[in-house]
Parts: sequence; structure tokens; C-alpha cells
Amino acid sequence: MTWENLAFRAWEKESMIRESSATTENRVSTQPIIQIIGLHKWFGEFHVLRNINLTVNKGERIVVCGPSGSGKSTLIRCINRLEDHQRGRIIVDNIELTHDIKKVEKIRAEVGMVFQHFNLFPHLTVLENLTLGPVWVRKIPKAEAEETAMLFLEKVHIAEQARKYPGQLSGGQQQRVAIARSLCMKPKVMLFDEPTSALDPEMVKEVLDVMIELAQDGMTMIVVSHEMGFARSVAHRVLFMDYGQIVEENTPEEFFSNPRHERTKLFLSQILH
Amino acid sequence: MEPLSSEGMGEILSPPATTLGFVGWVRRNLFNGIFNSLVTMVVLAVLMAFVPRFIKWALLDGVWYSSGQGCREAGGACWSVVTRNLRFILFGFYPYEQQWRPVLCVGLFMGLFAFSRKPRHWNRRLLYAWGTGLLIMGVLMPGGIFGLDYIEPARWGGICLTLLLSLFGLTAAYPLGVILALGRQSKLPVVKSLSVIYIELIRGVPLISLLFMASVMFPLFLPEGITVNKILRAQAAIILFTAAYIAEVVRGGLQAIPRGQYEAAESLGLDYTLKMRLIILPQALKIVIPPTVSILISAFKDTSLVVIIGLFDLLKTTQVTLANPEWMGFSTEAFSFIAVIYFVGCFSMSNLSRRLEREL
Repeated sequence: MTWENLAFRAWEKESMIRESSATTENRVSTQPIIQIIGLHKWFGEFHVLRNINLTVNKGERIVVCGPSGSGKSTLIRCINRLEDHQRGRIIVDNIELTHDIKKVEKIRAEVGMVFQHFNLFPHLTVLENLTLGPVWVRKIPKAEAEETAMLFLEKVHIAEQARKYPGQLSGGQQQRVAIARSLCMKPKVMLFDEPTSALDPEMVKEVLDVMIELAQDGMTMIVVSHEMGFARSVAHRVLFMDYGQIVEENTPEEFFSNPRHERTKLFLSQILH
Repeated sequence: MEPLSSEGMGEILSPPATTLGFVGWVRRNLFNGIFNSLVTMVVLAVLMAFVPRFIKWALLDGVWYSSGQGCREAGGACWSVVTRNLRFILFGFYPYEQQWRPVLCVGLFMGLFAFSRKPRHWNRRLLYAWGTGLLIMGVLMPGGIFGLDYIEPARWGGICLTLLLSLFGLTAAYPLGVILALGRQSKLPVVKSLSVIYIELIRGVPLISLLFMASVMFPLFLPEGITVNKILRAQAAIILFTAAYIAEVVRGGLQAIPRGQYEAAESLGLDYTLKMRLIILPQALKIVIPPTVSILISAFKDTSLVVIIGLFDLLKTTQVTLANPEWMGFSTEAFSFIAVIYFVGCFSMSNLSRRLEREL
């Protein structure tokens, strides 16, 4: 690829992102889809989450960053109850998360989750990975589910790999399949738990591109990530967490150019060099 | 000094004869070093000492179809003990003129087993075939309808009993073992502790004592007038015993599945049953195919322990044959025959396991 070409693509992407943030700005409603009120969580004696309050509206995109061990992964894992919380309330799509497993399963079907290590099902083909949820949870006929699955595979630019097994794909491809798997459930919210941190550097972009496209479609997203470029271009809000608390919460522009807290400044100086 | 040169530069040469063909193979595999050459020589010497003698005993001097007296007069192996008593060894006290029924059943079973070995044959039709096959066997063996004489189970013996105990023992123990393994991993304390107690109790007791309990103690607890068939009791003991071992192997497989697989399944909204059935068990059971088949093989051989509670399985019919004064003293030949039967059974199971590992 020539330099002109690269430059052109970069420009194209820039404008695409500007466009998307311009258009999607309007789409954010004031209708909350996730409400977290006074959330506390302990791992044994260790207080991982301390009084978290967060409301996410439909169509909103939030990037959560912070040093490791700050509780950011635990926070989003609480949202679909892969972790349970000990105090406070979490309400997703008007259903409160409790010990009632049936309600939890209902919420999980509406909340897509993308993991750091992809967690594709290695004994199933890519296509079977995608149709599993729709067929068994949503009770959609298999043919219809496969049709939808192919659509989403095309969306993540990987349709030609449908019959392969996950082990035959590269990390970037696997993560895109994982995103498509979540999308096939037609979720109302997508959670991303450090989706690019297990990838080789040259594969990060292909995954981020897919996430940007998803953002343009107006998906509600909560992304735990250190990809500051992504946060800057796509997020409506950036949260900075440390020691289990939300230290700072701001628009990306303000967050990067004018951080308020010392801890945020230190973190940004370390991460941005 | 003469410059170094290589002859025939650029030509296509065949590799040196010593690396090719039979000579090459022998050099690579038998004589690639002083120690290996020595070992080869010793093994050859031992083989030369014994193989000719064995062939002379088993084949050249062997007697294939004579009376016991004829055997004693000949110097070689007495295969007559097998050929003359074949029908009793294989079918025990099953009435002589009705023995076409067990022959048919065993043939049917072997046919089904052979066909089921290829995973690509696994479909609904095969399941129906097994159902029909088992139904036919269930009718043929006891009889009592369609004008067939009724043969009480106490008279079933030999290979039929061995296969019956193995087939139902293994097919019932496997699912039970899986359920126990899941129970042991359960978050419900009652289910968990019951499974643990069961597994540890059964594993702490030899199969022989379980068989004794089934045959001697169990009837004492039953109300007067109610009896449970002895074969059925032995069958239950074998199932309960094998299941405990399978449970532990399957638990190992479950623990080998990464946490992320559970989480990915849960985050799609799958409930416990679907998560286990579609995601966890298919992977876990595949990992543990080799140890599971080991357990199934040893369970197959352990069915011969029913001898001690007086059931006439393959081993017992052989012993009875050898107790006959005419055939006394020919146990080597008779037990070799039994060994071959058991070997064929075990070997086909381990073959199956290798095929499953490769193709699943």
C-alpha cells in the first residue's frame, strides 16, 4: 500500500469518526438502560468496588479506564452478573439484578459481552458459535439464525471463515467473531472487557474498526480499554477508576485536555508518554 | 595440496543404499548403535529359542478335535478342550437346541457395535437400530412369546452373560458417572455432599465385596416373597461401581475447561442445563476419552468377578469344563482361548477410543 493510500484511508477514517460522533450525539436519549446505585463489592476481605453510581442512557458510549486492579473489569462484569455484588442496586433494562437466576438469564440475553480472551467455543464452527445463542435462548429457527449470523459475519468482515473452527483463526479474527456472536443476540447493550489487550499490535486496528462501526450504528457500549484514541473518537463519556472508585468522569475532550484530578493526570502521563 | 572437490556435482544421485529399503530400515531401527545392536541380538536369540518350540507345541503337535484321552496321548497342545466344549463355554446351560438364539443375539450385537464405530454413522437411525436390536435380543434371549420356549435367566451363561453385564453395565454407568461428576461440582451443598459420599464410599470398597453384598446381603433387606433376579443384582453392583470411577474421570475433564468457557456460555443467557449440554460437557468428555475407555475396559474385564457369586459367565463355564475329569489339566489351552476373546473385546474398545479421539 502506498503512502498516499494510507494517508487517504487515515483521512477517510477521521472524517468517518467525526461524522459518527456528530450524528450519534443526537441519538443519545435520556432513557436510562443501566442504573447502578451505591454499588459495593468485596472479594473476601478486599473491597473492590466502593460506592459506584453510574447511569448509562440508551445509545450512550462509555469508555472506562484506570490502572490494573482498579475494579473496572469487575464493574462491567457485575452488570451481567458474572460477579455478584454485596451492596447497592443494579438495574438493567428495568430489571433489577438479584439472586433470581431466571431474571439474570433474561438480562444476560440482552447484554452482549466481549472478553479479553475471546472465549469462543473451540468445539463449534464460527457459524455454530454465532447461532448457538439465538437458537437455544431466543428459540429462533436454525435457518433464520444462520442467515442473521452470516449478516453479522459480513459486518465484521469475516464471512468467508464461517465454516472454520476458532482455533484456525488469528486473534483479531477471533475477537471479531466474538463481537459478532454477541451481536447475533441483538443485545441492547454491549460490554467490552479489554477487547484488544490480548491481541498482537497489528490486529488491534481491525478490532477497533469493527467497534467504531458498531458505534456508528448507535449501539450502547461500555468499553473497558486503554485505547485512548478509541476513547477520544467514539466515547461520549470517559470514566477513570482507581481503588474501586470512579475518580473522574468527563467528556473525552475535557478528560484528555483538561483532567481535573492529580491521579488522572499521572495516569494519562504514563499511558500517553 | 589438492583442492577439495565433490564428485558428480549437479547430478541427481540416489541416496546411499544404507539409508533405503529393508537394509536402511534394519540399520535405523535395529542396529543404530552398540547398545541397540546388542539388545537386538539378545531378543533374536530368545525368539529363536522359543518360537519354534511354541509352533511345534501349538500347531504341529496340537490336537484339534479328539477326546480327552487322545489329547493325553498326543504331545502337543490340546485344542480339543475348546472345540469339543465350545458350545458349553460360550453359552453355558442355555438349552442345546435353542442355542441359535444367543448366537443370533451376539451376532446382532457385534454387527451393531461394528457399525457404530464410525462417528459419521451416528444419527437418529442408528439410535433406532440399537433400540430395535436390543428389543429383539430382549425377546430372543428369554423367549416365552412367539412360540419360543421360555429360558429363565438363571440358565443364561457364557459369552451372553459377559456381554449382557458389560453392555448394560457400561452404558448405564457412563451417564450415571457424568451426573455424579456434575453433582460433585454443584453449588447446592446437599447434592454436592451426597455425590462426594457416594463416590468415596464406592471407591473405597472392592467390587468383589459389592457383588457379595448384592448377592447375599441385599436379599435380606427385601420383604418376604420378593426376590430380585441374581443377574440383575450383579448388574446393579457393576453399574454403581463403575459409575463412581467414571465420575472422577469426568470431574477431571470438567476442571480442565477454562473459566472463560463457562462465562461466555452464561453471558449468552444459557441456563445451567444448556450450558453444560452444549458447551462444557462436549469439550470435557472429549478430553477424558482415553481414561474413560480405560475404565470401561477394566469394567469389561471385571465382569468376570461374578464367578464368585456363582453366575456362569465365560470364565465360570471354562472352569466348569476344566473340572470335568476328561478335560482336567488342559487349562493353558482353555484359558488362552478365553484370553483371546477378552483381548478382542478390549482391543476393539481401545481402537474405538483412538478413532473417537481422532474424529470428534
